[in-house]
Amino acid sequence: MAIELAGLSWNPVSDLEQLTEFPFMVQALEAGTIVAVMAGAIGWFMVLRRQTFAGHTLSVIAFPGAAGATLAGLPIALGYFGVCGIAALALSQVSRPGRESPSSESAAIGTVQAFGLGLGFLFVTLYSGQLSDLESLLFGTFLGITAAQVQTLLGVALAALALLAVIGRPLLFASVDGAVARAAGVPTGALALAFLLLLGLAVAATAEITGALLVFALLVTPAATAQQITARPGAGLAISMALALAVTWLGLGIAYFSPYPVGFWVTSLSFGLYVAVRLLLGVLARRGPEPLGALA
Amino acid sequence: MSTQATTSGAQPAGQQEAGEAIRLGGATAKRGGHPVWSGVDLSVRQGEFVAVLGPNGSGKSTLLHVLLSLLPLSEGTATVLSGPPGSANSQIGYLPQRRGFDSGTRVRGLDLVRLGLDGTRWGFPLPTRISARGRAAARRVEEAIELVGASAYALRPIGALSGGEQQRLLIAQALVRRPRILLLDEPLDSLDLSNQGAVAALVQRICKEEGVTVLLVAHDVNPILSYLDRVIYFAGGGGVEGTPREVITGPTLSRLYGVPVEVLETSDGRLVVVGTPEPPAHHHPRHDHGH
Repeated sequence: MAIELAGLSWNPVSDLEQLTEFPFMVQALEAGTIVAVMAGAIGWFMVLRRQTFAGHTLSVIAFPGAAGATLAGLPIALGYFGVCGIAALALSQVSRPGRESPSSESAAIGTVQAFGLGLGFLFVTLYSGQLSDLESLLFGTFLGITAAQVQTLLGVALAALALLAVIGRPLLFASVDGAVARAAGVPTGALALAFLLLLGLAVAATAEITGALLVFALLVTPAATAQQITARPGAGLAISMALALAVTWLGLGIAYFSPYPVGFWVTSLSFGLYVAVRLLLGVLARRGPEPLGALA
Repeated sequence: MSTQATTSGAQPAGQQEAGEAIRLGGATAKRGGHPVWSGVDLSVRQGEFVAVLGPNGSGKSTLLHVLLSLLPLSEGTATVLSGPPGSANSQIGYLPQRRGFDSGTRVRGLDLVRLGLDGTRWGFPLPTRISARGRAAARRVEEAIELVGASAYALRPIGALSGGEQQRLLIAQALVRRPRILLLDEPLDSLDLSNQGAVAALVQRICKEEGVTVLLVAHDVNPILSYLDRVIYFAGGGGVEGTPREVITGPTLSRLYGVPVEVLETSDGRLVVVGTPEPPAHHHPRHDHGH
């Protein structure tokens, strides 16, 4: 590796001791773990449901929410969760089937996204005009997590994962086979709303750590990679969560010893994993007729 | 078999014949305030293989929606398995009209069939080997997949399969709960001719072996004609029901369409309907890879 990792001894035990020497680092690891598990699980369903655009919208809207909360003197978390919750409700109204064509719908949402980013920029400028605030809202505050934030995140993640576990199977049914699920009595409309709210929670929680723009490193990339690897629902979910955890831990670890920011490392690692898996599967597909027979 | 709207004379739900699976009496279905068909009487017995025919927009799918209580009748009565529509949905296997799964759908055929069995239950399934219920469910899924002859590709992602393979797995999904009625909406639409015949033969075998009543919506009767017990034909705002030889005749269809219509029979037994006011529905075979 060309990059110099200052202080890294290459001795796992002493390096781990170094990593956990400061409370801010322990809290970053705790928060990262919570958020990675939550984003990995909810992101897997998001990719399966083809709602990455909705996820993107929620993450962009999270930025003016947080900036507005800062300006109004409210806790940033309130801004993230409040705005993401409202946006999830609004999205569920816009994206009702048969309402408008998907393209005009996405154009309308795109317009709102741009306006949201503009508003967020205004709020940050009004607040103090300091670039560091803007940067942390957009690209994350991995190393500024407090113990109280970790506790809130843990509560939110446990509630979200419990709800996901309860609605998991009907949600899977509704996601891959909506018409049949509806005819079989699955409340597909209520599930769609519940999932968007879960997605809002996941985006808000992730944005608190990774910033509004890097949410996707944990929400989309691990899930998309997992779906490349396996078509088994259970295994896919587990792999998605494991990959999100791996890139978070590795990203935090590498960033601690390097001069470059955590957000960069987490996104690069998850991107690298995705590319590597695609290439590997491509090579395997060219070799045998059904390489996924055993895996898939 | 009138094609006129009737408000009275509908049979109460209780007066169903023994062995009858589906009955409509003086039934009118509306979509967006406009009647799709009206005054329809029909009766389907348990274990019959029935094709639902008619031009585009004549209300073939509407019939299935009524039977599933996705759409209430505006007039008349409907009885499904001796109850009102919706009361027996757990005993109905339904395959909606669709364009198939695209190649990005990363879920195995097996998982799709399994969802047909217990996809409506809340909670998260435990790994199959742990619970007795899970093992029984896995066996039933395997049986259904074997019944439709899809064992060779059930473990591959559904999006990677051909139209015919997807259709077989979807039929397995509709069958997995051992339904007493199968409602199949244009299951042959995206298949080439040889696959249409193969899937129709499969449906007939299931119908006879398992005693399942089958309503199959089709564009073209010819690929399935030899397998059918009865047909329901919708046109001109009405519908008639009977054996293919009773219904697909010049006089019956002329009355239904309200204009003179002729039915020609080719030397190989194919039926050709001539003179309908709307262009007759043609089959457009899309390319479908064989097995």
